[in-house]
Amino acid sequence: MTVLLKAQGISRAFGGLQALRGCDLEVEKGSITGLIGPNGSGKTTLFNVITGYVRPDAGTVTFDGADITGLEPDKVFARGIGRTFQLTRIFARMTVLENMLIAIQHEEGWLRGMTRSKSSSAEVENAREWLDFVGITRLADLAAGALSYGQRKLLELAYVLVANPDVILLDEPAGGVNLTLINQIADKIRELNAQGKTFLIVEHNMEFVMNLCDSVTVMNQGCHLVSGKPADVRANPLVLDAYLGGGDEDDEDEVSINA
Amino acid sequence: MSKLKYSWWAVAVAAFALFPVVVTNPTYTAIGVYTLLFMACATSWNMFSGYSGYIALGSSVFYGVGAYTMALASIHWHMAPGAAMFWLVPLGGLVAVVIAVPIGWIALRVRRHTFVVITIAIFFIFQLGAINFGFTGGTAGLSLPFIQWDASYYNVPFYYVALGIVLVAVVISAAVRRSRFGLQLLAIRDDEDRALGLGVKVGAVKLSGFALSAFVIGMAGAIYAMFQGQIYPQFVFDPTFDVSVALMSFFGGLGTLTGPLLGALVLESAQQYLTVTYSNGSLYLIFFGALFLIVITFMPRGVVNFFLDRRRATLAAASMANPSPTPSAPSTPTPAARSLV
Repeated sequence: MTVLLKAQGISRAFGGLQALRGCDLEVEKGSITGLIGPNGSGKTTLFNVITGYVRPDAGTVTFDGADITGLEPDKVFARGIGRTFQLTRIFARMTVLENMLIAIQHEEGWLRGMTRSKSSSAEVENAREWLDFVGITRLADLAAGALSYGQRKLLELAYVLVANPDVILLDEPAGGVNLTLINQIADKIRELNAQGKTFLIVEHNMEFVMNLCDSVTVMNQGCHLVSGKPADVRANPLVLDAYLGGGDEDDEDEVSINA
Repeated sequence: MSKLKYSWWAVAVAAFALFPVVVTNPTYTAIGVYTLLFMACATSWNMFSGYSGYIALGSSVFYGVGAYTMALASIHWHMAPGAAMFWLVPLGGLVAVVIAVPIGWIALRVRRHTFVVITIAIFFIFQLGAINFGFTGGTAGLSLPFIQWDASYYNVPFYYVALGIVLVAVVISAAVRRSRFGLQLLAIRDDEDRALGLGVKVGAVKLSGFALSAFVIGMAGAIYAMFQGQIYPQFVFDPTFDVSVALMSFFGGLGTLTGPLLGALVLESAQQYLTVTYSNGSLYLIFFGALFLIVITFMPRGVVNFFLDRRRATLAAASMANPSPTPSAPSTPTPAARSLV
């Protein structure tokens, strides 16, 4: 297995808060990697660093052998890294189909975009196929703002997928979603993984992570804690400490500083 | 766009084209000229600010630049007073575009409220410049070559040229709304960072939209200068112009094609009419206040959006009552209605 996405020694502070301190992460090609850790351990910040929304103070991000540290989000996306957000972000006043088209047309220069119609029939067909894949085709002509929370999650997943990225970063895909839909999302992820897509998933739902992921990385207080097979990670005492609060005196001090 | 809609546009254009034929009183044709200029400006302003959500309150910079381009070019090139000066109208638009690029490059680095403040600040820089630079004639303004057309006929050429740029503005706005570029502007309005994360080149899209909107506004300024024959800095770099085009768009429906046209038609013609009829320059403010209270209270998304929403609700209720056998089938009317109203 080759490493597709790699973060090395990533540090980032927000004011006095050290959100990431020398964090490492490796995602193997074709894997489903889970990224877990207590609230505030820096998972989303790491996502933001990888996808270009946040510039790291130190460290490098490499994707497919190339250094992508500090690239703008549109450039990162163009390289083949797609992501969803924890608080789902869709274009509320555009239709569901138009939401999809935005993601399809990323390879096109903006100047050409001025003269071309907002959609070709091939693009619409492609968009509808992906909407069909996540099961919301019948909502295609609705304003996206009218969708329910779960439907928005599916839409966001669909419009990231339609751009055909190599690796997909999902920030809490199961958060606030009912059980049936969680299982549906897990099935979709497996199906895409079987087609060769790589996933990196932040999630608090342990059952979801443990069932789905090939390997799991645990973060704590901005650092990489352990990585390994789901079963090994689950049994690791360090992980239990991180989640339940360690008995170590120093640890507790740091927690209170960061709180 | 359906054939029915095209025919409505044709009827509207014909009605506007016939207006100076039916109404020959110069007082009213002059109101027609001002109204058309504002219809063009509001449509063009909305093409950027309405679609992208970047509310610019400094667009009279482009109006003023267009007006001064017309004045300076016609004076320094010793143009013969007359219809040939209309050739300078597109030049006014182009100079406005050239000016818009550096302005946009600076102002579009910031978002939303800060953007509004920056555009206002840039506007005052230009107004102060026009008052203080020598080549603009300062507060005394500039006198253009004097056009000696008969008073009964004077307004008519201006009316038709202004109608022409309204059509240009509408065609540009409609084309943008139907293009990928327009889709990207709308995405920026809804969530700029998310759009960036989906590969939209937000910087280039915003700047080109901003500059494109300056074109028609600059042309309108040029027509205004030629129409007046005399320009002053405080009237072409006018803060109430900025507020007017924004209010007209809000009144009719921000981000719609017909909203700014309707808003400018109602508000500008009413203002001019009230001013002329009652020879009281501020009476219209009372009328505007009342009108805006009504619109904001009952139609917060503007007149056009209000009726669109109602029609959509009716359609939705109708489809609920008669569920179609294939609910997943694409319902074509809705996107068409959304895309070009």
